[in-house]
Amino acid sequence: MLVEILILGRGGQGGATAANIIASAAIMDGLMAQAFPFFGAERRGAPVKAFARISDGRILRHGMFNEVDVLVIMDQGLVRTNYTKEVFVRDGGRIVINSPRDAVVRSESFNLLGKACFYRVDARAIALRNKLVAAGWPLVNTPMLGAFSKATGLIRLESVKKAVVEFFGERVGEVNAIAVDEAFHEVEELT
Amino acid sequence: MVLKSLTGNHAVALAVKMARVNVVAAYPITPQTTIVEKLAEYIDGGELDAVMIRVESEHSALAAAYGSALAGARAFTATSSHGLLYMYEWVNWVSRARVPLVMAVVTRTMGPPWNIWTDHSDYYEQRDTGWIQGFAMDAQEAFDMTLQAFKISEDPRVFLPAMVGLDAFILSHTSMPVEVPEQELVDEWLGARTQGFVIDGSEALIHGALSPPEYTEGFIEDVGKAMEEAVEVVREVDHSFGRTFGRSHGGLVELYKCSDAKYHIVLMGAWAGDAMEAVDALREQGYSIGVVRVRYTRPFPGEELYKALSSSKGVIVVERGVSFGSMGPVFLDLAGNMLKYSRKLPYMRNVIAGVGGVNVTYKDFEYIAKETINYLESGEEPSVIAWYHAR
Amino acid sequence: MSKLIRVVKSHHRIPIAKPSIGVSGKTGTWRWIKPVVDLSKCTKCYQCEIYCPDNSILVEPLKGAIVNYDYCKGCGICAEVCPAKAINMVEEEQHGS
Repeated sequence: MLVEILILGRGGQGGATAANIIASAAIMDGLMAQAFPFFGAERRGAPVKAFARISDGRILRHGMFNEVDVLVIMDQGLVRTNYTKEVFVRDGGRIVINSPRDAVVRSESFNLLGKACFYRVDARAIALRNKLVAAGWPLVNTPMLGAFSKATGLIRLESVKKAVVEFFGERVGEVNAIAVDEAFHEVEELT
Repeated sequence: MVLKSLTGNHAVALAVKMARVNVVAAYPITPQTTIVEKLAEYIDGGELDAVMIRVESEHSALAAAYGSALAGARAFTATSSHGLLYMYEWVNWVSRARVPLVMAVVTRTMGPPWNIWTDHSDYYEQRDTGWIQGFAMDAQEAFDMTLQAFKISEDPRVFLPAMVGLDAFILSHTSMPVEVPEQELVDEWLGARTQGFVIDGSEALIHGALSPPEYTEGFIEDVGKAMEEAVEVVREVDHSFGRTFGRSHGGLVELYKCSDAKYHIVLMGAWAGDAMEAVDALREQGYSIGVVRVRYTRPFPGEELYKALSSSKGVIVVERGVSFGSMGPVFLDLAGNMLKYSRKLPYMRNVIAGVGGVNVTYKDFEYIAKETINYLESGEEPSVIAWYHAR
Repeated sequence: MSKLIRVVKSHHRIPIAKPSIGVSGKTGTWRWIKPVVDLSKCTKCYQCEIYCPDNSILVEPLKGAIVNYDYCKGCGICAEVCPAKAINMVEEEQHGS
């Protein structure tokens, strides 16, 4: 089994950190993992990608990819700008979107290579509720990890929370872990 | 032993910390920067008792590391691309001075045009400098190779500086699982620093003075002899590392599915993993092929490669760099070194790919291998040197 | 140019570029807050045009400051330097939503 995950967000939103936490949590779960940011100049606000791979065996391949099993969208505005069309979602793929409940998600906004399941969580609301804000931006990356865990079943919620605390340290980590937990329970599958 | 998720660069930094270096001197350059940033954090947090020398250039970075090493410090620096080129004078000086130290080289394409992605041209250009040159494939190997580099460099049979190469981004900035050993075990295995002489004021020593040609020739010849002896030292060190930490990497080369292979891909660096994945797929399609991963380019593993490749039906050397007006450096070394053992060489081909940081995937390796094998099996010989443009 | 030099076309690709739209395309998509000019307050002093790092705000002598939203990244420097306080930074969309 090899799962390829792409996180689509804006520069500064914490997509690369999220990818790293996915890898750490997967390793805690006894899996092999890789995580890396988009290889290029850092550009706050620009649409950017971060990547992760999870496998039950040694991961041999390297580098960025455009065909995925899981697509995580950190900013729903990117769906409207059609950046989502740059990524091909494999058959049986899962798409986890940060969006408010009333927003409409259309499958035409995505490049689907087969069937895909859509999941939605209001990560912005969860971040604001927990006062997770930095430089004016709600920190949606940790809630998205909770939603990722529930939607994909690839990594355990407990491992995500542990990896979050390890990454951010005790004090900040605990608040983020609460956001992870809330998103895990609030994420819903779209039908 | 704990399993940690570390980027290639952070794996190098952790190994340097665990080698208990005394001095780090470096100047930031992408994609190397996160190595010394991490080391600065270790020093700042009291986890590493070392001096961080902040310098104004790479030229001074290696000079400062060298000066510290002369005085008995275990010293480390790291750089990439233009930074490495800027310290070039010192790169040559340190090896001829026979001073052990370790430098990480995070490979990055040289400009112009300006480029931050990996190819191996900066690393290749160091091949005549007299440094031990290793090249890692993954974060675990970057960790292990860095620790081993100190041991090899400080061996009295060698006393040469050692370089640890790793690819920009696809290794340097990619998190992977790394088994981290206990500090006590590392201390015991690595031991205290050794070097051929110390300039610390305790004794009057002249070093680097004008020397007549006949003497100079001898000193330079001995750099070559040290390289020859280093072949056995690299093997020994990897072996003893395996006994202590439970992990060896095959010495100077790693052979992947080669025992029964008729065809061989030869290459070095992170993309060797992608080539291995291609070999897995090709074997399922009935192709008899393996990967020979070059772990050290200096000393060049002539003997290992001759043994692995002498009866090959086709050798494809895939390289992320080329010597303009000639061919790929590993190909040239391979062809020359094979002649030491036999006048009869197998069919060998040189494919230049991934230059400028172009992403080369397992699908590309599948294509390259199939193209070559299909030519050879139909009785034709493809061009000996070819550029492959992955897109 | 000196008459001693002849510029002739190279046989090969050489790394030169001329000013043009960058490979990043319309960088206006990077923006999450946008400058909105109140033309009734604009004194056409050109400060915004001088300070804009992306050449995305130009003063038209008769109308006032006009923003090119295709390329404005929303950095807010124009609003910061405007002595007439004629530029407000307004949230583009619910960011992160």
